[in-house]
Amino acid sequence: MGRKLLLEHINEPGIQTFEVYRKKGGYASVEKALKTMKPDDVTEEVKKSGLRGRGGAGFPTGMKWSFIDKKSEKPRYLVCNADESEPGTFKDRYLMEKIPHALIEGMITSSYALGAKTSYIYIRGEYMYVAMILEKAIEEAYAKGFLGKNILGTDYSLDLYVHAGAGAYICGEETALLESLEGKRGNPRLKPPFPAVAGLYACPTVVNNVETIAAVVPIVNMGGDEYSKIGVGKSTGTKLISASGHINKPGVYEIELGVPVEEFIYSEEYCGGIWKGRKLKAVIAGGSSVPILPTDLILKTAKGEPRLMTYESLADGGFATGTMLGSGGFIVLDETASVVENLYTFARFYHHESCGQCSPCREGTGWMEKILHRFRDGHAKKEDIDLLWDVQRKIEGNTICPLGDAAAWPVASAIRHFRKEFEEAVMNSLELAHV
Amino acid sequence: MEIKFSETALAKANQIIGRYPQGKQKSAMLTMLHLAQSEFDGWLSTEVMDYVASLLSVKPIEVYEVATFYSMYNTKPVGKCLLEVCQTSSCWLRGSNEIVDHLKKKLNIEVGETTADGMFTLKTVECLGSCGTAPMLQCGADFHENLTIDKVDELLDKLRTKNERSSYLKSLVNS
Repeated sequence: MGRKLLLEHINEPGIQTFEVYRKKGGYASVEKALKTMKPDDVTEEVKKSGLRGRGGAGFPTGMKWSFIDKKSEKPRYLVCNADESEPGTFKDRYLMEKIPHALIEGMITSSYALGAKTSYIYIRGEYMYVAMILEKAIEEAYAKGFLGKNILGTDYSLDLYVHAGAGAYICGEETALLESLEGKRGNPRLKPPFPAVAGLYACPTVVNNVETIAAVVPIVNMGGDEYSKIGVGKSTGTKLISASGHINKPGVYEIELGVPVEEFIYSEEYCGGIWKGRKLKAVIAGGSSVPILPTDLILKTAKGEPRLMTYESLADGGFATGTMLGSGGFIVLDETASVVENLYTFARFYHHESCGQCSPCREGTGWMEKILHRFRDGHAKKEDIDLLWDVQRKIEGNTICPLGDAAAWPVASAIRHFRKEFEEAVMNSLELAHV
Repeated sequence: MEIKFSETALAKANQIIGRYPQGKQKSAMLTMLHLAQSEFDGWLSTEVMDYVASLLSVKPIEVYEVATFYSMYNTKPVGKCLLEVCQTSSCWLRGSNEIVDHLKKKLNIEVGETTADGMFTLKTVECLGSCGTAPMLQCGADFHENLTIDKVDELLDKLRTKNERSSYLKSLVNS
């Protein structure tokens, strides 16, 4: 059994309440940070820990924090990205729903490190019931003196608020999120300036994912050096994996980074193998945006080494033979699943979610959906495969935000690894036309 | 009908505005529109959006552009219970198509339509973050997960008996 740093007490009855959470050692990081550490010391521990953004991009968190403009006279903000919308990802919802104080505690400790006096949790609107759970937890934290004026009798004060979105994947992109937090459409901003310089209300701002913020708690408690000993190489600590699709035990699993993919899929501790006694066909390892890999390449790298659940191992081989850890949204397809039709659901998703600002993405996602619809409904022609390839290639790298890339990669990888299925769909279309 | 929030909603609106710095009341826009939808039959008419604009001291166009951007806002009337069935990958892999087909047959409507009695509107939506408990549908704030045909039938009966308008915000207004 791997170590659990975030979900250790998840099954404790009443852990949603302040009382039980506190009894289990909760809010110790706030006490330690506010009473014994300077804000920069906290950032230093996060740097030492090697923690990388858990939302999908994997950027070193301590480094992100150190970019915040400290010379600015303006207020600083910490904004938690709880807009979890990447298909296949549901770990943040699980964490917030089951153990809301873990996020609140992380927000307080992290806000202290950044010198933020007001912080927001931007949660996707569809998670409204989770927003209510957070509101209640925040209320408790205020009542117990962990939020508000002079926390624990120190001169540090913090207000924390929940801000609900209203249905838009794009708001998971940090600048779109900030636009949305300002009450506007979620159109991503041009960078630079980066949020660390001009973010919310043009003030210095850090945006971090839920799991990233929650991980600050064990890091402060155990120290960055200790935390960095967990995991493999530059993939330190634990990671929440959302497992879904054709497996026996879908759910959220906290793993020590470095677990072999094969063990994650087949062991009883995690996914429990493929459902209905079937065989594995393909995996999308890090949420809808990352390349899909067939069985042989997800279990082993092209060099024949066992593939591990780490940022580096999953990316081994680049996009030719590898993928990404991404958000940890681990979607499993069994031997009966159609890669083409699964891809169609992604193409429809990205078309629906494109904000419309950049034409390659706005138009391209629509074309990809249309072409894939032809494959799905038996009207595809052979040249449609090349057309699809051409469209995705012209989106990638040509948009303000990464949504364009995210829409292109699943298409490119599906054609790269499963071209035969597209060709079969064309053959079926031809047969249908003759009937 | 005069367009005006109830006392409770108005109090909530002011509380929400207070969460943002002075002069940044526009930040309350998204929650305000959720409140408005909850107050006025589950959708946002032009009149309702104009009212929200007046509450936030912004131009009506600033409200329209937001209301038309986000998928949770309805700019046309909807049935009492809005059934939103997730259809993205993980839900599709676990049979969301069958759930949609069953609802279409059972309610005798197509996706996007409302039943003649105004009780149900059927909508398909993109990933709601319930992939580990797929297939699923959302009705108001509630997630209905690990759906089967039987569970869907049960849910429809329950919603019919309850005969209440679903809202994402029920608990927020009442709290």
